[in-house]
Amino acid sequence: MARSALTGTRVRERRTALRLKQADLARAVGISPAYLNLIEHNRRRVGDPLLEKLAAALGVDVVALSEGAEGALFDGLREAAAAEAAVSASELERIEEFVGRFPGWAAVVAGRQARVGALERVVESYAERMAQDPFVLDSLHEVISAVTSLRSTAAILVEADDIEPVWRARFLATIQQESVRLSDTAEALVGYLDEVEEAETGLSSPQEQVEAWLEACNWHLPELESATRPVHESLIDGVPELASGAARALALAHIARAQADARALPLPAMIEALAALGPDPAALAARFGVPMGAVFRRLATLPPDLDGVPRMGLVVCDASGTLTLRRPAPGFALPRFGAACPLWPLYEALSRPMQPIRSLVDMAGRLPQRFLTYAFCQPSHPAGFDGPVLMEAMMLILPAPRHGDDAEAERAVTSIRRIGSSCRICPRADCAGRREPSILAER
Amino acid sequence: MAEPHVLLIEDEPNITEAIRFILTRAGWRVSALANGSEALARIEAEQPDAVILDLMLPGMSGLEILTHLRAQARTARLPVLMLTARGQGRDREAAERAGASAFLAKPFANGDVLDCLQRITATESARNA
Repeated sequence: MARSALTGTRVRERRTALRLKQADLARAVGISPAYLNLIEHNRRRVGDPLLEKLAAALGVDVVALSEGAEGALFDGLREAAAAEAAVSASELERIEEFVGRFPGWAAVVAGRQARVGALERVVESYAERMAQDPFVLDSLHEVISAVTSLRSTAAILVEADDIEPVWRARFLATIQQESVRLSDTAEALVGYLDEVEEAETGLSSPQEQVEAWLEACNWHLPELESATRPVHESLIDGVPELASGAARALALAHIARAQADARALPLPAMIEALAALGPDPAALAARFGVPMGAVFRRLATLPPDLDGVPRMGLVVCDASGTLTLRRPAPGFALPRFGAACPLWPLYEALSRPMQPIRSLVDMAGRLPQRFLTYAFCQPSHPAGFDGPVLMEAMMLILPAPRHGDDAEAERAVTSIRRIGSSCRICPRADCAGRREPSILAER
Repeated sequence: MAEPHVLLIEDEPNITEAIRFILTRAGWRVSALANGSEALARIEAEQPDAVILDLMLPGMSGLEILTHLRAQARTARLPVLMLTARGQGRDREAAERAGASAFLAKPFANGDVLDCLQRITATESARNA
């Protein structure tokens, strides 16, 4: 039988509730009062035969004396001990005695350990997110470039004493220019981090948790490809990224939709069609006779190792413009919170339902990058004729075709849009769509 | 003997100017390029003795350029000094796998650029001797 560290405490509680004297109970079970005193103070373990006698004398079930709810307390203490080399093995063996004699202190230690664990997870999560934040990465690159330039230029001025005046003047100007750049970058970074701190109220939103889970799966769930029955719950059992009930509900909705998409667009047929038609959503939708949205979602969640198929990003928004799904494409910075750039073709599609829009876009950044985007908005009427019309716009993001790779796309796209991630971190000073000043200056 | 020639591919103009100054004074002929997309054509046209290649470049990344160079017989052993950012261990590992002759982390000491460049070109010369 499982023996709890607090068995003695329960014996004592029950005895005093019955107004029994220690000597009387000791006599009834055939032990000395001194030995019962040690048991009641959790200084001696109780064997099964004695426990049965005590339970009978106190009129309770053995289980009521032997089992407690302090398993978590022991786990917490063992975790705390494992984190500190100072606790010896012999002390660890006396953990039950410690809990029994000092239950309050034991709870404090275990509680602190649980808190430390939770805070460590928060720090880990922040560190991971900061390491992927495009603005922070760009800023760090700026800092390293400015410092490199400053260090080399200053060393030249100090070490080379025969520099021509014209070169000396140029290097001094470089030092001035790089100092200003360093100062501006540092200021922008501090401002940005202040904003992140203010905007972040919790660990992450349910949507971010779902996106983190999908990222961990490379945005592809192979279990859905051959499943004939719904596989919903089994796929998210014990997934650490889906910490909240809301996130799990969103994940289940995603799985249901992805499974329907996989049925409508089976992988072997999809691969064949991609080889024949390329990643053109309209052509694929026509071939399979499915809505455009299903093709968008399917293209963005294909297996990651398909030959000749680039990794595609996908953003989805509702009629309010809120991004409801963000699958990043390499180099295409997606805002982590707040509204995105209003010049994204996604929002143009929202204002022109059912009209496909193909565009080349230049994403602002330290190294501007070009992408080919397909955008489409699909209205739906889930509540029938009398209900509201709901809009869902999607934008598929592909690497821009290299010259000559996709002649049709190049011919079809007549102009290139200059877009950004979000106004706050976009350097385009002359943008007509700007909502608020940027914390960056255009370089 | 003709002065050795290095092609510097770096998009930060002030860093380019500083490196150009240091190497020119040490007897190198330095040509420079600020983007990755023209790198392969320029290397083919100029046939430098060595290349200093920044990892992050507009157009084509330093890693892509290095991979192309190593895949071609003519440039498979061209000495390439890769400039990476200090602390970016993953970048350095990727450059190592792609076949960089040496690395230098930014920010660097001026003398290190010269030392690295001389070392990798001397190694290649010794191999050819």
